[in-house]
Amino acid sequence: MNSFSPGFRGRSRSLADRLPPGQYPTESFPVLSAGPTPRVPTETWAFTVTTELGDTHSWTWEQMMALPQQETVQDIHCVTRWSKFDTHWRGVPLDAFLEDVETAADYVVVSSYGGYTTNLPLEDLLDGKAWIAHTYDGYPLSPEHGGPARLLVPHLYFWKSAKWVRGLRLTLEDDPGFWESVGYHNYGDPWREQRNWGD
Amino acid sequence: MARAAQLGRLTVAIAWRRARLVERRPQTATARSLVLTVPGWPGHLPGQHVDVRLTADDGYQAVRSYSLAAPADADRIELGVQTVPDGEVSPYLADDLPLGADVEVRGPLGNWFVWRTEQTEPVLLVAGGSGVVPLAAMVRAHRRAQSRSPFHLLYSVRTPDEIWYRDHLADGDPRLDVRIVYTRQAPPGSTRAPGRIAPADLEEPTARLEPTSPVYVCGPTGFVEAVGNLLTDMGRDPATIRTERFG
Repeated sequence: MNSFSPGFRGRSRSLADRLPPGQYPTESFPVLSAGPTPRVPTETWAFTVTTELGDTHSWTWEQMMALPQQETVQDIHCVTRWSKFDTHWRGVPLDAFLEDVETAADYVVVSSYGGYTTNLPLEDLLDGKAWIAHTYDGYPLSPEHGGPARLLVPHLYFWKSAKWVRGLRLTLEDDPGFWESVGYHNYGDPWREQRNWGD
Repeated sequence: MARAAQLGRLTVAIAWRRARLVERRPQTATARSLVLTVPGWPGHLPGQHVDVRLTADDGYQAVRSYSLAAPADADRIELGVQTVPDGEVSPYLADDLPLGADVEVRGPLGNWFVWRTEQTEPVLLVAGGSGVVPLAAMVRAHRRAQSRSPFHLLYSVRTPDEIWYRDHLADGDPRLDVRIVYTRQAPPGSTRAPGRIAPADLEEPTARLEPTSPVYVCGPTGFVEAVGNLLTDMGRDPATIRTERFG
């Protein structure tokens, strides 16, 4: 007999290999963001990579859409404990944006239209692990889910998959982003349950 | 310097603490206030939340986040729980967890959707349904601090039966202006026809804000999206709008 929550039974225990610790599966697609949803027309959208020396590389919407596109099916995990299996995306792998960029940086700060930022190691964006996604389930990504384009880094908690993505800044030293500065874990691995500072 | 202080905090893990249910009060037919005592509770800011962890006899655990409904009060915390039909956790917390029994909590969490008593500008709070919970903590903290910052609460509910914290919201505090918007059924004598929050509902409370005044919006996603869009369409600086979405 447990000393906590007497009489609590809970639900299914059968998803252990796909469900990181502390998560529950959902069929819906909850929305979480810190402020109102920015409206970003594709006509003015641009994606910019800035190196640690200040060199910039930019793509317009048309230039991004002319890059090689990929379909990908991913499980995604939100720090607020929902996980969603087999989500379908279309986008451009980050490798395509970074292949001609000269850098010695180990870290990246991602910035968004609307002012959001998040940080992660550069290696977490390379080798087919991350995308700029513009299509979800066959339709243009809706504004509340980050449209017209968001970062997609499915192996980390979903706050790292910045909505309304606008650019990457390559840095030599790690620089905590928005949620990382107010209590969320600096890296955010769902399988190690890195939710908050100190986890 | 700020960075050094922050890195220092990175090393402190947030502990799970034993929390004992000491009081349960109905707010609506499906909503409850739960008061728990948490030995060692470090205090919190209005707007923050906790993780609540339940453990079944076979060791299975489920964790959900709940907003704190009242400001810090020694080792007592108050949560607002809305029963989700077929929910795994909320019906148990709302109706089954015995008084005197323990769960575990971890927190306080969330340093963004918070109001601090040092803030002096007028504030607009916009609540949809159970989204009133963290805003109630701000209202209570505002009153306890005798803050001079004018507070305006615009609270959207479907019917008069769904108002939480009725006593706290109608006690004649001159620094707190409460407007309730009914979306399905208004009480007799209402001059406003039932309907969702519209620009006309926001004009008066936003007219009394300063350009940098914070606006806190909390509720279901559709509600937060709609209110966020109305506010930005009215010319409100998006950087002043803080949102928290339930479900």
